[in-house]
Amino acid sequence: MQLFPCPFCGPRDETEFHFAVEAGHARPEPATEVSDDDWADYIYTNRSPKGEAREIWIHVTCGEYFILARDTVTRVVHGSEPLPEVAR
Amino acid sequence: MSGWRHDRLGSEIDRERPVRFTFDGQAVDGFAGDTLASALLASGHRVLGRSFKYHRPRGLWGIGAEEPNAVLDLRDGDSFKPNSRATLIALRDGMDARSVNAWPDARRDVFGAMDLLHRFIPAGFYYKTMIRLPWKWYEPMIRRAAGLGRVDGEYAPPADSVHQVAACDVLVIGSGPAGLAAAQAAARRGNTVWLVEDALHLGGALRWRGGEIDGAPWTDFAESARAAVEKAGGRVLTNTTLWGAFDHGAFAAWERGVTDRLWHIRTQRTILAAGAVERPLWFANNDRPGVMSAEAALFYLNCHGVLPGRRILLATAHDRSYPVARALAEAGAEVTIADAREDAPDTGGLDQVTGAQLTAAVGRKSVVAAMLNGRRVACDTILCSGGMTPTVHLWCQVGGKLDWDEGRDMLVPRVGTSDMQVVGAASGTLDLAAALAEGHAAGGNNGPVPRAETGATGGVAIRPDPALPGRQWIDMQNDVTLKDVALAAREGFVSVEHLKRYTTLGMATDQGRTSNFAGLAAMSALTGKSIPETGTTTYRPPFQPVPLTAIAGRYRGDLYHAPRRLALEEAYRAAGARFREYGGWLRPSIYGWGDEAKVAFDEAKAARETVAIFDASPLGKLEAIGPAAAELLDFTGYVRMSTLKSGRARYGFMLSESGIVYDDGVVLRLDDTRFIVSASSSHVDGVRFRMEDARQNRIGRDRVFIHDVTQALVTLTVTGPQSRAVLQEAGIKVPDIPHMGVSETVLDGSALRVARISFTGDMSFELSVPVRAAETLRARLEAARAKLNGRWIGLEALMILRAEKGYILIGKDTDGLSMPHDLGWGGPRDKRADEYLGKRALFTPAANSETRRQLVGLSLPPGAAPLATGSHLIPDSGLRRSLGFVTSSYHSPALGHPIALALLEAGRAKIGQSARVFDNGKLRDALITDPCAFDPKGDRLDG
Repeated sequence: MQLFPCPFCGPRDETEFHFAVEAGHARPEPATEVSDDDWADYIYTNRSPKGEAREIWIHVTCGEYFILARDTVTRVVHGSEPLPEVAR
Repeated sequence: MSGWRHDRLGSEIDRERPVRFTFDGQAVDGFAGDTLASALLASGHRVLGRSFKYHRPRGLWGIGAEEPNAVLDLRDGDSFKPNSRATLIALRDGMDARSVNAWPDARRDVFGAMDLLHRFIPAGFYYKTMIRLPWKWYEPMIRRAAGLGRVDGEYAPPADSVHQVAACDVLVIGSGPAGLAAAQAAARRGNTVWLVEDALHLGGALRWRGGEIDGAPWTDFAESARAAVEKAGGRVLTNTTLWGAFDHGAFAAWERGVTDRLWHIRTQRTILAAGAVERPLWFANNDRPGVMSAEAALFYLNCHGVLPGRRILLATAHDRSYPVARALAEAGAEVTIADAREDAPDTGGLDQVTGAQLTAAVGRKSVVAAMLNGRRVACDTILCSGGMTPTVHLWCQVGGKLDWDEGRDMLVPRVGTSDMQVVGAASGTLDLAAALAEGHAAGGNNGPVPRAETGATGGVAIRPDPALPGRQWIDMQNDVTLKDVALAAREGFVSVEHLKRYTTLGMATDQGRTSNFAGLAAMSALTGKSIPETGTTTYRPPFQPVPLTAIAGRYRGDLYHAPRRLALEEAYRAAGARFREYGGWLRPSIYGWGDEAKVAFDEAKAARETVAIFDASPLGKLEAIGPAAAELLDFTGYVRMSTLKSGRARYGFMLSESGIVYDDGVVLRLDDTRFIVSASSSHVDGVRFRMEDARQNRIGRDRVFIHDVTQALVTLTVTGPQSRAVLQEAGIKVPDIPHMGVSETVLDGSALRVARISFTGDMSFELSVPVRAAETLRARLEAARAKLNGRWIGLEALMILRAEKGYILIGKDTDGLSMPHDLGWGGPRDKRADEYLGKRALFTPAANSETRRQLVGLSLPPGAAPLATGSHLIPDSGLRRSLGFVTSSYHSPALGHPIALALLEAGRAKIGQSARVFDNGKLRDALITDPCAFDPKGDRLDG
């Protein structure tokens, strides 16, 4: 039972969280300028790092998405931070 | 000769409180404070079980969890606990214990003849036999023979085990001298300490070894440690097994009591003081009843006043065993020490043989003699002391590694490979004074180091000798002998992982506590590799068998995945509703008695003829509020909602980024900045979190808010030609709204939202009120319904009504490949220029394929049986393959013949043609139609 730090609620049991996506994958747009391969790459290809990873998780309890930095081998959690503000 | 009770000794039994129990039908007497094992030992019952494979008679070996033989089925009052370890059961009056794996009982087992066949059933024999005949010939025999205890099919344990969560600064596992010292030191620093002890009493080996600490009896030290822990706000748990070490300081413990408790403990720091277990010795027939651990003999003598026999041979090569021999002799047994060393310590008067080689035990159901240096020595008990093995399981569970300590002849924790601190015998420190110092240091060094006398710790390493004739047991519970280890080596299974799995050594319920080291040492000798080169296997939770009732707790029956309940459930039950789970909610399936399909048919018929009411509360209601609400929904939805006018509703979809339909539902617009998104009742969270993703990651969290009000509102839908009349009769003033219109008003002082949205194809009014106003609304509608001969209908009728209209259910009429244009909704794909979820995936070669499965309707003649849902549609001729399948299928009351919905390859172009269906083995034909079978123009929507 891992312990994850929600940036808003503090440390909570892992069962309160859900993995969303790997961090750092930008959505290719607009659709008319994206090749089939690029789109498939976006939805299916993951880096799956062995070791240090930056991932986006959602804390289901409060509904907030955030970035979790952790080690996929040792399961050590390095920390979490809120998503960057949306650029307007 | 066998075990007997001393008339005075026994620090943990209460001779004033005798206890009577039965073993294999015979009455046995003991005392309060006994375990089942100590009482059986005292009673002279030696044969407690039969070994797993060879059905050899077996007796008590050890002290606690390492006990391989004394496994019994236990009835205690109302409860039945198969495969209980006698050493861990506190004796209670009226207990009924039975031996296992034997018939009629362990003493007289008829299967003892299996031992004569041992040459044909060595380790791994099943890989080489049972090949000729079909497996079904062997399987029933093997199933009957497998396992130890029996399950009582009649017995259902109560769901009364409690789960509790706890947090502490320091977790100390084990309350021997090192653990007590650590707990005390940590508590004195102000830490909340949780001290967890497996046995009934604190003290670990102090309980039978004794010893003074700081000049006073060790019990004083234990009490002061307990007091220090409790004073600092911590907790001391006894009769509690710390069985699992997990991530980030999470641990699980099983506390045994009148009802069990499962503790989930989160700690900042852990100190493992789990002690060590005595190793056996290896000689021919070393598994006979009467062969016991020397340490265990001292335990039973001092704690329970029981001696294992009257003529005792103690075989050892360690100084530590000498106090055991002296104590037994003082208590009245004849004791001979057989020390393997030539140069052995003085015994102070006891009979001793030095340079002793013990080669065999003699006797069948009980030891009668030992072969020592080629001579037969009469004895009734052989005590063995082969050295100590640290209990490192929890260290390994968190990934800690082990080092081979040649000097101490042990595998010990490798410092630095885990955050856990290991102290005392668990780290290889057997000396009392040193263990106290280690524990004290780990706990934080607060106060003076507890002091004790240093004991004698000399000894030599002992190894199994493959040259000895006869069979020597390595793993008693799984019946693995030294010859089996040699067999594994001969066949190439030399890695310790292969040895374990090929021979099953170490895989029994005692988890190899008395066998792993011997197996490892034997394999190392056979292959000529050193012990570190041979390697070790790892340990996984649980540390000891834990009953599933403790782990399940109260999450059983109705509480296992409890469904959500409707606010008005009681009223529906009173009206005769039958309930079933739909999408995680408990909802009425039909109202009344009888065949479900028939009642549903009648309800659907009535709904179209007059009027019906049903509860639509579980349908998700997600509010999107803010200036960017429309922008959000344009991105998350396939159908644009920014063009929707206030007071209107529109049907739409949410796609996944791979273009697959994730959910469908109507979106209502209340005003410029307020929308309500409907979501399928089982998908509410999924839809909500996808909307939140867009909000937080794309639109901006301060420009729109998403609010799940699904459970805050009750929705009752009135449907049918008489629906308006029902509302009038009920005194509900409904604003004049068109089909797919929505309006907010007030009823009985509460907000009421009225939406003309139809899932049945008839004129429908969805009435939504806050939960507190639901009963008032229901009562109004019920009175009106009764007057106008309407009916309450359940989900089964609703399924029929919507199917007649071709209205889909996501996940039933769509699958993991369905895209919106497969369902007849190609418009937005063709027309939308702006970005939305899943857009790009709708233009891949797969999405453009001509052979995609499309939603169609199927029609059968009147009187035919409906098709089975899931039936495959197949070509009329040629290679039989699936072209799609039936997704929904019903008798249609409105049309008078069976209808269905199906996904069919290039189906829309085949409308009007015949389809062949493989219906549960029968080939049938159906007419392919548009999905909407009833009132295609929708005239009935306006009543």
